[in-house]
Amino acid sequence: MDAQFLQENGGIILANNNAIAYDLAKKQKEISVAEFFERNKHILGFGNPTRALVTSVKEGVDNSLDACEEADILPEIYVEVKNPSEEECTIIIEDNGPGIIKQQIPHVFARLLYGSRFHAVRQSRGQQGIGISAVVLYGQLTTGKHAKITSKIEADRPAVVVELAMDTVKNRGEVINQDITHWDKPTGTRIEVNIIADYKRGKRFIYDYLQSTSIVNPHARITYKEADGSEHVFERTADILPKKSIDIQPHPYGVELGTLIKMAKETKSRKLASFLKTEFSSMGDRTANAVCEEAKLDRNMNPTDMTRDQFAALHNAFKKVKIMAPSTDCLSPIGETLIRRSLKSETQEISPEFIFTATRPSSVYSGNPFQVEVGIVYGGNLPKDKPIKILRFANRIPLLYQQGDCAITTAIESIDWRRYGLEQPSGNGIPIGPAIFLTHVASTQIPYTSESKEAIADVEAIENEIKLAFRECARKVQTHINKKVRRVKTREKFDLITKILPEIAKKSAHMLNKPVPALDKVITRIMDVVWIEDLVEYEKARGKQVQTKLDVNPQGEREGGWITKSTILVVNYKNKPQKFNLYSIIPKDAIVGTVKPKPAKITDTYIKWSLDNISPTNKVDIYYELAGLNKGDFDENDLYVENINPAYVIGADKWEGE
Amino acid sequence: MGGRINMTRDYSNVISKIDGIAEKVYSDLEKAEIPSLQLSTRTKSNIRFDDNLNVWKYGKNKTERAASSLDGAYMLLRTMYMVDFIKDMIKQKKSSTLRETYYISEGWNLAKFSSQNESDLLAEDLEVITGCMREDFKLRPEEDGARVIGNLVVEEVTRNNTKKKIHCQDDVGDAGYGIPYNVEKDKLTFKQFDADFIIAIETGGMFDRLVENGFDTSSRAILVHLKGQPARSTRRFIKRLSEEKNLPVLVFTDCDPWSFRIYGSIAYGAIKTAHISEYLATPTAQYLGVTPSDIVNYKLPTDTLTTEDVNALKSELTDPRFEDEFWKHEIKLQLSIGKKSEQQALAKYGLDYVTDTYLPEKLAELGASKKPKSKKKT
Repeated sequence: MDAQFLQENGGIILANNNAIAYDLAKKQKEISVAEFFERNKHILGFGNPTRALVTSVKEGVDNSLDACEEADILPEIYVEVKNPSEEECTIIIEDNGPGIIKQQIPHVFARLLYGSRFHAVRQSRGQQGIGISAVVLYGQLTTGKHAKITSKIEADRPAVVVELAMDTVKNRGEVINQDITHWDKPTGTRIEVNIIADYKRGKRFIYDYLQSTSIVNPHARITYKEADGSEHVFERTADILPKKSIDIQPHPYGVELGTLIKMAKETKSRKLASFLKTEFSSMGDRTANAVCEEAKLDRNMNPTDMTRDQFAALHNAFKKVKIMAPSTDCLSPIGETLIRRSLKSETQEISPEFIFTATRPSSVYSGNPFQVEVGIVYGGNLPKDKPIKILRFANRIPLLYQQGDCAITTAIESIDWRRYGLEQPSGNGIPIGPAIFLTHVASTQIPYTSESKEAIADVEAIENEIKLAFRECARKVQTHINKKVRRVKTREKFDLITKILPEIAKKSAHMLNKPVPALDKVITRIMDVVWIEDLVEYEKARGKQVQTKLDVNPQGEREGGWITKSTILVVNYKNKPQKFNLYSIIPKDAIVGTVKPKPAKITDTYIKWSLDNISPTNKVDIYYELAGLNKGDFDENDLYVENINPAYVIGADKWEGE
Repeated sequence: MGGRINMTRDYSNVISKIDGIAEKVYSDLEKAEIPSLQLSTRTKSNIRFDDNLNVWKYGKNKTERAASSLDGAYMLLRTMYMVDFIKDMIKQKKSSTLRETYYISEGWNLAKFSSQNESDLLAEDLEVITGCMREDFKLRPEEDGARVIGNLVVEEVTRNNTKKKIHCQDDVGDAGYGIPYNVEKDKLTFKQFDADFIIAIETGGMFDRLVENGFDTSSRAILVHLKGQPARSTRRFIKRLSEEKNLPVLVFTDCDPWSFRIYGSIAYGAIKTAHISEYLATPTAQYLGVTPSDIVNYKLPTDTLTTEDVNALKSELTDPRFEDEFWKHEIKLQLSIGKKSEQQALAKYGLDYVTDTYLPEKLAELGASKKPKSKKKT
């Protein structure tokens, strides 16, 4: 063997096999990301022609929503699907977002793993920046046609139209053609792409996806035009943008050792303590010092001087020291009022009996903040003998597939729903009954089961929160049903005393020619309850818009909203005077107006009255107004009593404290 | 409330009884109590044999109608309206059928009756509470009185207030004399007669057969067609005739549990009208046939007992009115043969068989010609 020959050719000296390794080495080269995904389409959600259709629409719509929200624009999204031939579909997605500058178009639409959100630690839809480029790639692969992007960034400038191809080896976008066109919109983006997809099977999924998206994005208006020309509009039910999630630093619990080392190399901080405080969330002086102490490291040492062992000690110290949960400014949950409003609007045709929602306080898993919100729609035309419908959402994106693998499903299945009135053989599995269960998990980092973002992984902390949320919601359902049942029973007695008893008294008096006897005492004997009932009405307010707490950026002048007027009637049908406290729960985002009689206390969650000395058969009329809600948001008073035996009361439950 | 039945129409007494109901309700309300009315429970489990009267009457159990429930309140309201209505009728000297009363209630708003059965039952409730009869309330039933053929003269005060004598063979056609709804002494009296017994017949077919065969003349019988379950007027007629003219009563029906009850209502009193049993029942009436033993002995054509029939028979085994040896034996026999027969099945042996053979044999067996048997229970 010639050493020089070997040296020139960079081979490793082996016994007699060096030639093979060399040969093999020649064949190895870097695989581009694009090439990788080209061969693994299913990972991104393009595994079959039906799925491909839905994923393409989904990526485009998600992008549009994100763009509009970042630019503080109420999204108007237009989705059109054409079916020019049996196998081929044209997908058009247009929005009224800020547009994309010409130079960036190839990067945004034809370059995988390019995006502004990967490094940010806050809740956002598209985290990896793969989405829309995968659609362009898929279109190109399956039809050979290029995507067409139209973008307008200023009202008084024309729009740019770009025909875009993707170079899979270089992972770069290639502008095939460029043009200028006139576009009526002030700003916006439009993508047109052709893909091979199964329109027949997939169109229903698109509708479901858009409807679901509309439910969790009440601020968006989505128009969907089908291949046969029919159009559906999902109107917006909120005129305000969701609270913007704020970037936060990573939390120590969620950081891997390798990442920690990398962060230390890149930090500008010269001292360990300040490195901790600036690069991590929930790290104040005290916590930073405690961590240094636990790791037996000098708080003043330079992070760049640290050894691997020292980093390992630091990493361990994170686990041992109590570190506060991260702030949840990074999250943007939907909020109970809007979820309810959305669900109400989308389920109008079903005429549900009731809709209840519950929001959990934010929590943390592995250093990542998250928050769970749920809603239950019940009754109406929903089928009683089929499994309940489960709507899953993560960061405001509907999850349409792999329901069985999702943590949301697991959580629902593990609750015994039989005690809440649903059928459920042996107390686990998906319950059966006329209900829709909605779950939204918002997080800076949703743990998906796979790259196609179809299901949430079974993280214990998340599952627990989902269960707690549903239990809370189910309790509200139960209370409501119980109240209804008791009320029906007492209503009969009510009829008795208001209609029939007076007639009996009149008749007997008439026959004997005597005066009609007073019925008060008999009435209290028969009824023997404190009867509470409420009525909610709405009146359109005039004049200036009402500033609400949800609203951070009011969208200009609004024509006046609605006043929600509640009247509560309390009648004492017991034979002794009654004295107790009455609470009515109010939504957090409501503003309290007139209240009569004067309440004992008003907080942002309830109004409290101290009712004093109501004599038998006497009543109290309570009236109060709420502003800042839409008509129908608040349609029933949730009432509680204190200092009275709740068994005596119809229409209110026992007050358990705040 | 309750007690001896008042035979003559003393309306002032009726009014004070009715007012008594209103007074009970009114005073309950005045005392701030939930108004209620008590009345005897009208079921099989609450009838007992009254030794003095020789009939079955209601026992001690009471049912309460109170305004503490929605149903009870509606009942009381209807009761108030009904008694007020009755009082008006008495004052205005008008009367109404039970069906008319049901329709009149349409104008009573909340107190409207939901079915005629409801108003009929309420009328009976009022009889039980007050001890008066429906007729005292000026309420008439729809029911038809039966037909009578026999050597008997009745005198009826007709609608134009004249007295009319009717001979129940010479003055009537083949259909016989029709018993009016009011058979009290002020309306109907019995005059001359020439007969040995009364025979009460369930079916029209058999009645016509006996008429055609001249059974009333040949056997000196007064034929009464019951028309199925006999109306109060029919039962009252039979009782009065039997007691006033000392005539034994024989009951001739089909052989099935429903027919046994027909006999029961004549002889013992019906459960629904136990409060006035002594007024309507003829305790000395005997059951002639068709008995289950007759089915066996005469080998009569039969039908199979239905499930309802069997259940009715079993129920009669526990009915205190059928508690004697004769009935126990016959009912058990019928359950074991599982068959029933119509009285007209006797035609198997020819149209005249019933009058030539069957009835004479049965009459001899019962020794029925002269002596009424007493039906004392042990």
